[in-house]
Amino acid sequence: MTVLEVRDVHRVHGTGATSVTALDGISLTVGAGELVAVMGPSGSGKSTLLNLAGGLDSPTRGQVLVDGTSLQSLSRKQLAAWRRKRIGYVFQDLNLIASLTAAENVALPLDLDGVRGSRRQAEEALTEVGLDGYADRFPDEMSGGQQQRVAVARALIGERRLVLADEPTGALDSRTGEAVLRLLRSKVDDGAAAVLVTHDARHAAWADRVVFLRDGVVADVSERDQPEELLSTP
Amino acid sequence: MSVKHGLLALLERGPMYGYQLRAAFDSATGGTWPLNIGQVYTTLARLERDDLVAALPENEGQRPYEITAHGRDELKKWFTTPVQRGDRPRDEVAIKLALAITTPGVDVAKVVMTQRTSTMRTLQEYTRLKAQPGDLPWLLVLDAMIFQAEAELRWLDHCEASLVRYEPQAVPVPADVEVPR
Repeated sequence: MTVLEVRDVHRVHGTGATSVTALDGISLTVGAGELVAVMGPSGSGKSTLLNLAGGLDSPTRGQVLVDGTSLQSLSRKQLAAWRRKRIGYVFQDLNLIASLTAAENVALPLDLDGVRGSRRQAEEALTEVGLDGYADRFPDEMSGGQQQRVAVARALIGERRLVLADEPTGALDSRTGEAVLRLLRSKVDDGAAAVLVTHDARHAAWADRVVFLRDGVVADVSERDQPEELLSTP
Repeated sequence: MSVKHGLLALLERGPMYGYQLRAAFDSATGGTWPLNIGQVYTTLARLERDDLVAALPENEGQRPYEITAHGRDELKKWFTTPVQRGDRPRDEVAIKLALAITTPGVDVAKVVMTQRTSTMRTLQEYTRLKAQPGDLPWLLVLDAMIFQAEAELRWLDHCEASLVRYEPQAVPVPADVEVPR
């Protein structure tokens, strides 16, 4: 079942002679239970694609649909509510609110919608990311890896169907980075759809599909084989 | 690494016969280096000839082998000697790319992209295997393959970036080769 559909999307910044084409006709679908990694050199359009998929930016041409609804058809207010309920983000700069505890940061998207029991859900999400007992700590009382896991818990809380991650392991050591990817993978295996932007091939390899962008277009796609086939190769 | 040293290391655990050795070798390498039973017996015969292993009396139709003192010395030497880069097979991908650049009519960018897609797919599969529980020796073998695939992908990215700036020069024909008229 398709969760995210990007249809022939173009994104041009500026106009006239100085305009820059960030995306030049990209189409991509991501289904439930599927993790797609997007790779490419700087300026290839990776982050622009992620921002469009999450409704943080609008395409110059083309359409972005989440669960069949075109994000361009929603008013700003509707879009904000839609994002809170359905889309989880993990960014390299964590965007945790320093004056809120871990649990309050995680519960924030639910609180904004007046969801009851948000504290309990936040504690469950923290436990899921291995931060049992950290609910009342403030971000500056936690390590970088722990803060990143709080950000992941916030992205995964509630009924999020789509998780968008932009270099989520950026500042982490390789072990902690791998733990974050395992979490993302397990959320996807439980039925979410996710897009991961990364420059690190080892991280992209956790995906079912790796899309290579070059100059705003899809240059190639790598889908994994069955491991049995791989191991039977002499 | 040779199969010879692999079998000596396995026999250091205790005497084993051919099929047991093959199973133990498979388990140690996670099945990434399948041996056929013929290879195992040929290697055992050579090891016995060189006095590195000794055959024990047959037991229920199977002949176990044990490592000898000489074999232990050889094994110790193997573990304490580093593997030289020059001992490994040549990197076919690097050679293919070098030839692609100097061969007229080859779409080098496509050669790079095709290789990258293939290596990425392999890396995805290794990663999927890694997500499953496993013993440390096997996980470390897997990590080695993961890091090698990653290194190749980084090198391919580097090649692609270098190709953008590349201006081909005429490839000289070696002076002592006579070109037929």
